[in-house]
Amino acid sequence: MASFDLGAVTYGGETRPRKGFFTDTSVCIGCKACEVACKEWNDVPEDGLDFTGNSYDNTGDLGADTWRHVAFIEQRKPADLEGGVDSLVEMAARAELTGTAELPLHEDGGLRWLMASDVCKHCTHAACLEVCPTGALFRTEFGTVVVQEDVCNGCGYCIPACPFGVIDQRKDDGRAWKCTLCYDRLKDDRTPACAKACPTESIQFGELDDLRVRAQERLGQLQEAGEPSAQLYLAGEHDGVGGGGSFFLLLDEPEVYGLPPDPVDPTHHLGEMWGAAALAGGALLAAVAAAALGGRR
Amino acid sequence: MSEQRQAGEGPHPIGGPAAPVPSPAGGAATGAKPGGTGARTRRGSDLPHRIAQAPGASAEDPRSYYGQPVIKAPVWRGYIPWYFFTGGLAGASAPLAALAPDDVLARRAWSVSLGALAVSAPLLIADLGRPERFHHMLRLVKVTSPMSVGTWLLSATGGAVALAWTRSVLGWFPRAGGAGAGAALALGPALSTYTSVLIADTAVPAWHEARRELPFVFAASSAAAAGGAATLVTPVDSARVARRLAVAGGLAEVAATMVMERRLGELGAPYRHGRPAWLVRGAKVCAVAGAGLVGAGGRRRGLAAAGGALLVAGSALERWAIFRAGVASAQDPRYTVAPQRRRKDARARQAAAPA
Repeated sequence: MASFDLGAVTYGGETRPRKGFFTDTSVCIGCKACEVACKEWNDVPEDGLDFTGNSYDNTGDLGADTWRHVAFIEQRKPADLEGGVDSLVEMAARAELTGTAELPLHEDGGLRWLMASDVCKHCTHAACLEVCPTGALFRTEFGTVVVQEDVCNGCGYCIPACPFGVIDQRKDDGRAWKCTLCYDRLKDDRTPACAKACPTESIQFGELDDLRVRAQERLGQLQEAGEPSAQLYLAGEHDGVGGGGSFFLLLDEPEVYGLPPDPVDPTHHLGEMWGAAALAGGALLAAVAAAALGGRR
Repeated sequence: MSEQRQAGEGPHPIGGPAAPVPSPAGGAATGAKPGGTGARTRRGSDLPHRIAQAPGASAEDPRSYYGQPVIKAPVWRGYIPWYFFTGGLAGASAPLAALAPDDVLARRAWSVSLGALAVSAPLLIADLGRPERFHHMLRLVKVTSPMSVGTWLLSATGGAVALAWTRSVLGWFPRAGGAGAGAALALGPALSTYTSVLIADTAVPAWHEARRELPFVFAASSAAAAGGAATLVTPVDSARVARRLAVAGGLAEVAATMVMERRLGELGAPYRHGRPAWLVRGAKVCAVAGAGLVGAGGRRRGLAAAGGALLVAGSALERWAIFRAGVASAQDPRYTVAPQRRRKDARARQAAAPA
């Protein structure tokens, strides 16, 4: 518990155990129920019905109007496939054209389809919150990070500060928006909408302590079952953001899912930056003084 | 990854007779797990260039999710680089005015500083998504937010410079004006350099990884702008100190930029390609030419004015170059992923080594 007392200073006795998500991508089936439930519950506006051509992902990425995003990654073993096709869709189309071969959909046929539901990480060291000049972004009693939309003045600083590209500006509104981990539902002891809607328990909600234990167990199971590239992402406290309030079990490297492989909270180096700025400012002052006080030439 | 599609804007090339066939034997397999060769990277034409083209960069592209950016690029508009310029000009003009041994130079430099400050605040407010809520910045003083620190710094400098200008130009409030000049002397250099901390304190690779060099680039660029502007508007007999600052600032700006680009290594690539490359080249040409003109011909009014104007222009171009290069580095996942991947791999090797 000790390491999770993020809100203890401000919340005192009202501090609640830190809550979060464990997203186990190994059981995600790509149904996007989380995306829909999130939009419905939080009244997030529609942001375009696009066809990206990127497998079944027509959502794109997390943003002001997308607080859950399901990624689809098609992978194959080149040696096992004829003709160098590189996606299920393409292969199905070719099989239909040539009227041959049924699809070798089983794993040994060389294909695997990775699906993963991405969300705000609710970082232990949250850059968005640190850099926010208005205090619109704050840490809740559950240890989550939430924007107060009545305070945000749309300065946009949080947007490039986030090492995961989660928070973004809503264009017609000017303010920054992101996942609240359903702060309203949490206050009412309810499960966040996405986790509630997930049919396979790929999205698990709970106290972070419990989730981390559960994740370790699940990782062990998968490794035993012969999935050596399975890995936990942001599940500890020793990464560059001090761990995520929401963390993930991935079946490949993070960058394959569009996640940074070694994210660092940029504000970690703030002291060093102010130090350099002080030196540079001092040098500027010294240069002006030297120019002004130097002898007449 | 070598498996790139020419998909561009179009849909997935389903069944297309000439669907681009990837070459699995290419670089794709390097480092890939037996279970898969990694995500395809789809490159839209908007991606400016390849990291691999940069001299000394690694030959292998990192993996990504359909070539999409990992982080979000800043949504700041052109007001912000212009503010970096006006804030720097105002900040460096203040100590020049406060320390100037010549009254004419002091009056002109206070006027430049006050004028630049007068446009700075509107520029910042105009860039907000909700400009009518600009006063929410004043709800708190937050030391972990360079933007909050900057808001107070700008307000304080504005007040101090206004007082000093009133005394110097109008002759009113001599005591308050003296205090204002003293405060502006200290606050000005901070105003000139804090904006470099503001952008370095983000996940934008070309900014964050230049966090040790950016303050010096900003300080030098501010000196060049202040020296140049004062040289431009002050009679040559009074402008000796301004000319010295202009020449030193211009040369330091070029030197600091070159050091920054070199130390950035492959992350400096945005400065060598596309629009930022033209901007940074223009900034260097203006700074060198301006410093040369002011240094060699500064006692002739026309040449001094031309040189001063060039230095001011060079400073503005420099801020635009830095702004654009940062945005370019955020829009391309390779700048985010490649250094992090190398860092992670190095750590893994180190952990495995003693065993």
